[in-house]
Amino acid sequence: MTSLLNALPGSISQGLIWGIMAIGVYITYRLLDVADLTVDGSFCTGGAMCAVTLANGKDWLGAIFGAETVEAWAASFNLNIVILIMAVLFAFMAGLLAGMCTGLLHTACGIPAILAGILTQLGLWSVNLVTILDKKASLAINVRKMDLLVALGYIKDVENGKRWFIQHPIFVAGIFTIVIIGILYWFFGTELGSSIRATGANRAMARAQGINTNKNTVLGLMLSNGLVALSGALLAQYQGFAEINMGRGAIVIGLAAVIIGEVVFGKLFRNFGLKLLAVSIGAVIYYIVIQAVISLSGIDSNYLKLLTAIIVAFFLAVPYWKGKYFTKPVKRGGAQNA
Amino acid sequence: MLEITNISKTFNPGTVNEKVALNGVSLKLEEGDFVTVIGGNGAGKSTLLNAVAGTWPVDEGSIVIGGVNVTRMAEHKRAKYIGRVFQDPMLGTAATMQIEENLALAKRRGQKRTLKVGITAAERQEYKELLESLGLGLESRLTAKVGLLSGGQRQALTLLMATLQKPKLLLLDEHTAALDPKTAAKVLEATERIVQKDQLTTLMITHNMKDAIAHGNRLIMMHEGRIAVDVSGEEKKKLTVEDLLQLFEKASGQEMANDRMLLA
Repeated sequence: MTSLLNALPGSISQGLIWGIMAIGVYITYRLLDVADLTVDGSFCTGGAMCAVTLANGKDWLGAIFGAETVEAWAASFNLNIVILIMAVLFAFMAGLLAGMCTGLLHTACGIPAILAGILTQLGLWSVNLVTILDKKASLAINVRKMDLLVALGYIKDVENGKRWFIQHPIFVAGIFTIVIIGILYWFFGTELGSSIRATGANRAMARAQGINTNKNTVLGLMLSNGLVALSGALLAQYQGFAEINMGRGAIVIGLAAVIIGEVVFGKLFRNFGLKLLAVSIGAVIYYIVIQAVISLSGIDSNYLKLLTAIIVAFFLAVPYWKGKYFTKPVKRGGAQNA
Repeated sequence: MLEITNISKTFNPGTVNEKVALNGVSLKLEEGDFVTVIGGNGAGKSTLLNAVAGTWPVDEGSIVIGGVNVTRMAEHKRAKYIGRVFQDPMLGTAATMQIEENLALAKRRGQKRTLKVGITAAERQEYKELLESLGLGLESRLTAKVGLLSGGQRQALTLLMATLQKPKLLLLDEHTAALDPKTAAKVLEATERIVQKDQLTTLMITHNMKDAIAHGNRLIMMHEGRIAVDVSGEEKKKLTVEDLLQLFEKASGQEMANDRMLLA
């Protein structure tokens, strides 16, 4: 039990970070009505992009602006912050590109969305390994030397008073989540955002109202995978490395978070912003449950993926069973109001 | 306003399911024309409307709306000129979105969708008044999800959406067919009122001969992918169901054998 409590801050941090990915999954799965499997690849792309930029950002800046200029910068202000921003930004942009790739395969080439996602994901494996990680299966991030947004070690540092409270991963990941939810809430209320929601809700209607459904599908996939890659970038920082398999099964965790969020808060949260928050909390619940299972039962952590698959399959099946076997008889007397 | 010249469409060409849906159809509508379209199953009525709306490209021929050749224009682009109501009440609205959101989407038909706020306060007031004119009690339910509405309410809402941004051409594809008689009459009444008010150029498919005769200033009957009967003006005003059956027999060389149309 103590080990569970000790691990709690870590589980919550990790849940919040994966929650950002789950919000990305929500955009495609619920808003756009597309099952996008790009996620498994783009999550890793984000992590890898972040790790590589953190490792080489200074050299890249040197190559562009000249090594001496960059040294002068480093002396006058904290260059690590610039590199950190670059790392997160590049990760996000790489995710946008991955989403665009799937989107174009789907809309411009007429490939079914699921297959388009699988193709991109497969291709990304090579891109991640060769182009980004330079043929290394994993790439460490120098946690002690670099300034990071989140890191596992920061939890202890905050407890020991070595860092401020605001650097606690729960705080940082929480702020990220709230800002992202805020931006998405605004965006999906705009003319463009509404038209993306309409595309997901009813494509025939959207086209009849002059909405370019193909363009919107690509946009939605880009936004989704951008967030997924951003989440990957945060996780790479948190765990201190990026590795080629870090996105494996990400889509299932994302779906788990979406569904847990809906099952727990579906009746309570009607507002769009709150629905996104429910997804994030769903991811946190998922990680706490997983941690509890590991701590209390001592189960081999290699069974985790099987466990996740079973949990998600169960929660996906519940609404179906409910409709099929537990339908309540409809009360009579509704006809006069019809 | 609408000029269709010699359009043809064949589905599944070269297969056993080959079906010539449109066979060289030409049709010219003047501004303000209200044309009713009747015909049996598979006569090509819906295909004609879908061809104009751009659901898929036609095999040959040209379609010009208000002087603009839209033959090769994508569906969402020509939506700028066209308001549509579908046969299926589910098709015309987004069920998971609110009534006001649906209206706001329709309000921006043909315009660029930007990062400006999706619905303004002034719009809400306008929608309230428009919904009031439908007389279905929707004006107090602006933020209700459309999925909660009945089929008739959804069709009435779709009709409102199709005409919110005055279209050059209104396409109604048996939009009352899926409704009960009472609701159908209500929606048809609303249609007549809106079309008259804005003097909309309209193509309305119906399976009901009486409706086809009662509404509009021109009637066309389709048969095997062609226009078999075309009546307008004074002749249309005096038309009866019996006349229509005779005209059809003369034009197609066969008896009208469609229970649905006769019984309706």
